[in-house]
Amino acid sequence: MDWIVAIVQGTLLGGLYALFAAGLSLIFGVMRLVNIAHGDLIVLAAYMGLSTTVMLGVHPFMALLIVMPAMAGIGYVLQRGILNRTLGDDILPPLLVTFGLSVILQNALLEAYSADPQKMNAGAIETASVPVGGLTLGVLPLLTFAIAIAVIAGLQFIFYRTSLGRAFRATSDNSDIAQLMGLNKAHVFGMAMALALAVTAIAGILLGVRTSFDPSVGGARLIFGFEAVIIGGLGNLWGTLAGGVILGVAQTIGAKVDPGWQLLAGHIAFLVVLAVRPHGLFPRVAH
Amino acid sequence: MPDHVLSLRQLDAHYGDFQALFGIDMQIAAGEVVAIIGANGAGKTTLLRSIAGLLQNKATQVTYQGKSIGALRADQVAGKGIALVPEGRQLFPSLSVAENLMIGAQTGRAGPWSLKKVYALFPILQERKDQASTTLSGGQQQMVAIGRALMANPDLILFDEISLGLAPVIIKSIYDALPDIVGGGMTAMIVEQDISKALSVSSRVYCLQEGRVSLSGGTNSVSRDDITRAYFGVEA
Repeated sequence: MDWIVAIVQGTLLGGLYALFAAGLSLIFGVMRLVNIAHGDLIVLAAYMGLSTTVMLGVHPFMALLIVMPAMAGIGYVLQRGILNRTLGDDILPPLLVTFGLSVILQNALLEAYSADPQKMNAGAIETASVPVGGLTLGVLPLLTFAIAIAVIAGLQFIFYRTSLGRAFRATSDNSDIAQLMGLNKAHVFGMAMALALAVTAIAGILLGVRTSFDPSVGGARLIFGFEAVIIGGLGNLWGTLAGGVILGVAQTIGAKVDPGWQLLAGHIAFLVVLAVRPHGLFPRVAH
Repeated sequence: MPDHVLSLRQLDAHYGDFQALFGIDMQIAAGEVVAIIGANGAGKTTLLRSIAGLLQNKATQVTYQGKSIGALRADQVAGKGIALVPEGRQLFPSLSVAENLMIGAQTGRAGPWSLKKVYALFPILQERKDQASTTLSGGQQQMVAIGRALMANPDLILFDEISLGLAPVIIKSIYDALPDIVGGGMTAMIVEQDISKALSVSSRVYCLQEGRVSLSGGTNSVSRDDITRAYFGVEA
């Protein structure tokens, strides 16, 4: 029974990891940009949520109404102001620039909020639970998982059913020809980053409600996100959810064996997948 | 309406240190179909890329409908009503046939062309509309590329090597469709290796040789000898 609980808890935790990963996956898919600052942007979103709840006295979930558009705006400006200039045939400049951005973000957050761990208070929902088939599951993890599914379904819809998604895919395929169709590459990439950081806002708020955070925790979120993306297969959003779940289950099972093994078990699962299926479990077939 | 839809004045084009076009002057009138011929490397594709904005130039070197557009980006040029059917089709592999066509309409320009009209012109595309564009034959892909350009409802359409790599029967069916395309008053520039094909659909011809215009004139007024000389740069 304990093992089943661990697997179910791990699955739900995987929802959060999928949310960490969805933005990374989207940005890489559209513009082949590996965003090293992604984890720190998640933490930035958590702090923005914290400030919003403290200043306005609203529930963290209500803070999303402010943090999501704010992060989307930051994403658009960041992409058009800085990151677009780094994109080209060489993949190194965007890596270096986002690494620098990561350092800047961490230090700016340290300056603004200090190194003390913070947490957002979501009230009764944090400890509420519901009985599900003999198990007792937390409402917050269940909600997180449901949000992850909704976010990925939403991204999937945008990608494959809207003109914006068509623009993303066309620009990703061939940006020159996409320009001929009247698509401004700089704007399309800006929109992709805005969308990715809107998802990051959700991930950041859920992170900040679930656990305490400080300016230095972004790196680990980035790793979890990366691992979920790679396990699931690059460019496949549902695969990213599966990758998050596998990572989450590996971690909770590891923790069940020995509390010290939680992170190690996750990384080992990642390495095993990478060794057996280097393109991930569900890679999108490249043309 | 200005007399000329498009005029090029002393257009130069460079790829890095390499200069591909030298002082090209051209005037294209509304509704004209103009053939651009020339050997490989003469600068035909560069010329079309410069007009479409994929290569940016000095603003005044390209004038379109009375406005200087030489320095605009390709997406801005597209919005003004110039569409390019690129060499080698260049469809979007991640998009279905229908999506490839729909993205052509991204500029939102009003006009006679719609999905329905493109399907009427190339019925096979309607049957294949949900397939990935990469699963089509070369000829069908060329139909999508032409349809995609038409969806933008351009005033000026540029065709780059539309017969390249296609079977003769396919080339014939595509050229048979051309009068339907340009019949609505659309202006067209056709870059083509197959000189007789190009001359058969056009009223005027420019021949390029090593980045310069070596011959221009009415299709009926230039002789085969003139073309051979302009094409190869040697006495025939």
